[in-house]
Amino acid sequence: MTEPLQPPAKKNPQLRSPLAFLPPVPRSRAALGLTARAAEGRFALQQCAECGAVQYPPRDACCKCLSTDLPWTDQPPHGELIAETTVRISPDLYFRNQSPWRMGTVRLASGVSVLCHLHGDVRKGPVRLALLLDRAGQGTIMALPEQEVPNMADDPQLRELGTSPKHRRVLITDARAANAPALVRALLDAGAAMVFVGESEGWRRWPGRAALDAMERVEIVPLDVTDSASVREAAGTLGGKTDILINNAVFLRPGGALDRSDTVFAQQELEVNYLGLMRLAQAFGPAMRARGGDGINSAAAWVNILSANALAADPTHAGYSAASAAALSLTQSLRADLRGGGVRVMTVLTGPTDDEWYAEAPPPKLAPRAVARAIVDGLERGLEEVACGDIARDLVERWRQDAKVLERELAEGAGR
Amino acid sequence: MSALDMLATELATGAVEVVDLTHTLDPDFPVIVLPPEFGQCARFRMEEVSAYDHRGPSWKWHNISMSEHTGTHFDAPSHWITGRDQPNGAVDEIDPANFVGPVCVIDCSQGAAQDEDFELTPQVIADWESEHGRIPADSWVLMRTDWSKRSGAEYLNMREDGAHSPGPTPEAIRMLVEDRQIRGFGTETVGTDAGQGMHYTPPFPAHHRLHGAGRYGLQCLSGLDRLPPTGAILLAAPLKIRNGTGSPLRVLALVPGKDRT
Repeated sequence: MTEPLQPPAKKNPQLRSPLAFLPPVPRSRAALGLTARAAEGRFALQQCAECGAVQYPPRDACCKCLSTDLPWTDQPPHGELIAETTVRISPDLYFRNQSPWRMGTVRLASGVSVLCHLHGDVRKGPVRLALLLDRAGQGTIMALPEQEVPNMADDPQLRELGTSPKHRRVLITDARAANAPALVRALLDAGAAMVFVGESEGWRRWPGRAALDAMERVEIVPLDVTDSASVREAAGTLGGKTDILINNAVFLRPGGALDRSDTVFAQQELEVNYLGLMRLAQAFGPAMRARGGDGINSAAAWVNILSANALAADPTHAGYSAASAAALSLTQSLRADLRGGGVRVMTVLTGPTDDEWYAEAPPPKLAPRAVARAIVDGLERGLEEVACGDIARDLVERWRQDAKVLERELAEGAGR
Repeated sequence: MSALDMLATELATGAVEVVDLTHTLDPDFPVIVLPPEFGQCARFRMEEVSAYDHRGPSWKWHNISMSEHTGTHFDAPSHWITGRDQPNGAVDEIDPANFVGPVCVIDCSQGAAQDEDFELTPQVIADWESEHGRIPADSWVLMRTDWSKRSGAEYLNMREDGAHSPGPTPEAIRMLVEDRQIRGFGTETVGTDAGQGMHYTPPFPAHHRLHGAGRYGLQCLSGLDRLPPTGAILLAAPLKIRNGTGSPLRVLALVPGKDRT
């Protein structure tokens, strides 16, 4: 039985804040494949293209036939726990602080045995498997109960592998964004202790403010990602209690590169989508990185919502695609910077959203609720890469298959 | 003693005082808001380049950015389509003699306190003239509304049907430009036109007529209640921007000192 997770007690100001220790980091290049699949929430292992043998741990040549063609292939996430142990003493600083820590061996239907972390409600017998990222951002496997059990997500080992908003304080950077109300609601439903929502330009009235302001556990705070002083000010106030930062500030104007004879919109797209992220990273990043081990409401995750056209440009939204690509690149660097503090960086790629700037785009368009659901789900599972909606998923898939082909496909209909 | 010698003496004794009619350039100060498919007026922004630190050990400085029409600012004739063919219509071309001159202040603060869409009409101007005399040619005329004391959302006062703030009617601005031959017109609101100015004929009559006649505009002025109705000198020199249509600026006035008023 997992005990329900209690909200954290107020901190004793005379004690040093706990440090964020990371589980062991070194991995082979082949083993980083586990990390890549875990980042997307897939349960996949290498499977030999020639003889079909499933491989574990990851390797460079098939353990049966020595083929080097070992594509990562989704596996049924089920197996049987055949052995378990509890680590009580470890020389490793991370596990020393986490002990006791249960681990076990699970045999998959394919015959391979995998080493797993164990959920507290798992006993010998059938288990469900999840490939998850650990605090160091490395792919690792955890055995979960076959069926949902009470307070399942509150298991300390499972929580350690996720970035759940439960009992955590969240900052959403743009209250005016169409998805802000849905995001706030989804986070509160997921148990967030407090949701701060950034409001730019308080001198400009906007609909929906009163409704947001009236919600319990929600606070509207001044924040404009295009204004360095404003971002610094907000970090000075909230930096020490931002456990999850969701950057939903987006600026876009439809149009091809040749549609205008100025860089006014392109500049604003960079100001908000790229430089806004840079300002937030510089102001909030250091404090979050320092609080990655700070107990139940430790700093846990940073979420960037970006257009999937960050991967491949939509020439009818040329400036926005370019700014999104810049932001995606910066997101990768930010991920590397925050990893040392055990803080996860999640990219949420979206297709056309159901708002005024995609009025001309045919459905399906992404509803605010769908974005909110995807973000909370991604946080709970501790993902790094989320493609939200069919359009974004399809685009990511085509980009993986052949980026050049996708570029040409996206060019259809442009330049006329 | 020359007039300048006298001015120096009176400035030193406080017989003439300098008042500042300028809002602080602040990232959070309102700017005019257009429908979002149009390019917008850039807000004032400031990036620190160094502050006596590893980025520059002995000096502190900032990069700043803004629109020509951000904060307390000057409108040149070339700002408006009606003024595009005016000679010397850009800020760098204007004769600097125009940047210093007499100013008349029409107090509309009571009306604006009661009616956020208060109009400066020919009748208001006639009433002012009956008390203070005819507006001299080539003087600045400022519309005092005390609007500069508003802050936050109350300043633009934007609602679903647009902004609501006081301004001149087409007839009033025609009278000032054509009959009184003023040098320019200034307000304490975000523009020389009323918040609902687009609904007049012509739309935005102050912009239309002032700049069409080669005259100037001043907006986002602050503290016009510190000016006498007549007798002050306005100093309003925009930055010398090549082909600039306007410029943020420091607007000052020379006024009689308190012992003279």
